[in-house]
Amino acid sequence: MTDTQSTMEVLARDPSSRKRFLKMVGGTGAASAFAVFLAACGSDDDDKSSGPPEVSKPSGSKASGKDVKSDLEIVNYALTLEYLEADFYKQVIESGEVKDKKVAELAMKIGENEQEHVDALTATVNQLGGTPAPKPTTKFEDVISGGPDKILKTAAEVENLGAAAYLGQAGKIKSPEVLAAALSIHSVEARHAAALNTLIGESVTPDGAFAKPASMDEVLKAVKPFIAS
Amino acid sequence: MTKETLAIPELEGVEIHGTTRGAFLLRATLAAGAVYGAGAVAPFVKQAMAQGGMGDVDIVNYALTLELLETAFYKKGESLKLSSEVKKLASQFGKDESEHVDALTATVKKLGGKPPEKPTFTFPVKDEDSFLKLAVTLEDTGVSAYNGAAPMIKSGDVLAAAGTIVQIEGRHAAAIRLAAGEDPAPEAFDKALEMQAVLDAVKPFIKA
Repeated sequence: MTDTQSTMEVLARDPSSRKRFLKMVGGTGAASAFAVFLAACGSDDDDKSSGPPEVSKPSGSKASGKDVKSDLEIVNYALTLEYLEADFYKQVIESGEVKDKKVAELAMKIGENEQEHVDALTATVNQLGGTPAPKPTTKFEDVISGGPDKILKTAAEVENLGAAAYLGQAGKIKSPEVLAAALSIHSVEARHAAALNTLIGESVTPDGAFAKPASMDEVLKAVKPFIAS
Repeated sequence: MTKETLAIPELEGVEIHGTTRGAFLLRATLAAGAVYGAGAVAPFVKQAMAQGGMGDVDIVNYALTLELLETAFYKKGESLKLSSEVKKLASQFGKDESEHVDALTATVKKLGGKPPEKPTFTFPVKDEDSFLKLAVTLEDTGVSAYNGAAPMIKSGDVLAAAGTIVQIEGRHAAAIRLAAGEDPAPEAFDKALEMQAVLDAVKPFIKA
């Protein structure tokens, strides 16, 4: 540990990030459900001192069935988008089209983030008692064969769209726990979007000082070309 | 996470995780009591009790204070010798933060509240390295502050407004991190920080 290491770098290695997320959505009552999930993921988390979530609400608070159904729909929508993103980066890496080492490394890291989002959102749907949305079959062949420029441009597009998609749903989420979880992903999508915008020479904040949300219809229409089924 | 692992001294007051807001405040209160005597901590206990019932005006004023701080920070950047790339980011981001200040000030007034007086800030930055380093900390902390406070917001309109701002903070954080040679998204899930932890973190930069 040196002075040049920032606190946030320390946080970046925080092994309990995933656990924190799950606690956030599950409150303290659902420990066993995500214990199973963490075991399945081969968690390396040895942080025994990890306490209740930052955004804690009484886990006993009863939400109405209608609210849960509405939240489930939103989480499954987010899950579909995350599946799409994770698969995109996976295919990009496998294609070897991105030769620039730094860019390839960034793509790999972002892809790992997206896969963690997939895992966490799947667990969230299960915790809410729903059925996780199926993994879509994607169609990125044209983008990938278009070479690095097209790949990065599409990545930026998808990330900006993803950030707008989360923003569009934030006000509609009923459960504070699910909202907190969605927000913890929303700002990460924003980070990805900004990093990719920087790489392709676009403005980091294309909407100006206030980000614009996108509706479910707008988003699904925009990603339709990338979904085969 | 122990205190020893915190490399930035000004963040020593930030409790990263592993505690509830109540437990955090209680511990801080007990620590203060040990130093200043039980009578001195009574107001803090009262504050701790009041935290749960924080209203939208309090939350917006809290966000406003952070935006004032960020605006002042980027303003300070103008007096430093920065590369053209960093200068451009600082000037753009300073403008964004200043727009956040205006919007949040209007929101507080609309809610019938009174915006806080603008504090005087001080930032220990002298060159591009120290500027970028603190910028990363401030933007990351800003993201976590919004993410921590947003679920407590009662008004849908205020929540929507906070969402449109936190996304910008996340974008700033990533761009500044890239400029500093750091990973733009070091974690798959951005942390949520409690208000007290954030206020403690920024306290060294508030002169009055």
